[in-house]
Amino acid sequence: MNQLEKRILMSSVVLSGVLFVPQNVWGMHIMEGYLPPMYCAAWGALCIPFWTAGVIRIRRLASEKRKSMLLLAMAGAFVFVISSLKIPSVSGSCSHMTGTGLSAILFGPACSAILGTIVLVFQALMLTHGGVTTLGANTFSMAIAGPLVAWGIYRLCNKLHVSRRISVFLAAMLGDLFTYCVTAFQLALAYPSEQGGVAASAVRFLGVFAPTQLPLAVIEGVLTVLIVMGLESYARPELREIGFEKEAA
Amino acid sequence: MSKTAKTVLALLALVIVLAVAPLFLRPDAEFGGSDDAGSRMVEEIRGGEYEPWFTPVLEQILGGELPGEVESLLFCVQTGIGVGVISFGFGYLVARKKYSSPERAVR
Repeated sequence: MNQLEKRILMSSVVLSGVLFVPQNVWGMHIMEGYLPPMYCAAWGALCIPFWTAGVIRIRRLASEKRKSMLLLAMAGAFVFVISSLKIPSVSGSCSHMTGTGLSAILFGPACSAILGTIVLVFQALMLTHGGVTTLGANTFSMAIAGPLVAWGIYRLCNKLHVSRRISVFLAAMLGDLFTYCVTAFQLALAYPSEQGGVAASAVRFLGVFAPTQLPLAVIEGVLTVLIVMGLESYARPELREIGFEKEAA
Repeated sequence: MSKTAKTVLALLALVIVLAVAPLFLRPDAEFGGSDDAGSRMVEEIRGGEYEPWFTPVLEQILGGELPGEVESLLFCVQTGIGVGVISFGFGYLVARKKYSSPERAVR
């Protein structure tokens, strides 16, 4: 990272702090208009440094590792596909997956923040799914928190010498689940229940999301493994370029 | 059939079973969105009707809800864009591997 990029990233962290703190937060996609304005602004503020880091990272990828652009496009397209499929679950309701695990594993969580946001903006504007006001909160859960967990778990599995496919599976699955935990927490923060406050409310929201999401998280894990297997067979040079091949070898 | 191909088929079968099984296990269920279930929970916890303070931009322009069929069209467009790009990518990569001779092989 060069000097200018560092400075831009630092100022975005500061900006985020300035915008986040005065909101005084005490206390799946969240629908449009369902989160009080204060919370929308706070979650949006938290996203700023991740967006900045993502733009910096993608710019560098584009200028230094041109071959990886195809993979980046495919990882973004994977989010498009996966998050558009509403799949029935054993709980009797439908939900969709996030798809951001793949890009986090391949390119790091910063890139996922950008790719996920593109999809969320598309859904918020075209599909009235999620929303413009809740974009910050949804970005934080689906495009930042989930990918961070996915990336962390993948790294951890690598350290522990878990086989590549199992690490990819675990990373994508737990990243997906974590996204919905964060969503539940975000709703609980905004709507603490009368008895028990935020924690009790979080448990109730989790009760809505978790049973639905569990099988879907497994599906997301499997699909991510399939894509990675495909890339391993046909995209060796690209994977080597982004440092994915060496790591597990 | 190679071992990889078998793994791929087995995993695909698993995905299909996981996705379709709930329809048979819960024939009476409604299969609404869990986002909507979340909104209902908001009303339950607050103990009363919740009026969203902002309506989606598209609904403001249309002056009403997006028709269900059109919504599914737009979801298909989203899926289509994604599938298109992924297929293009894999098409390119597979052909590259197939047609690059060993000595001219991409590094």
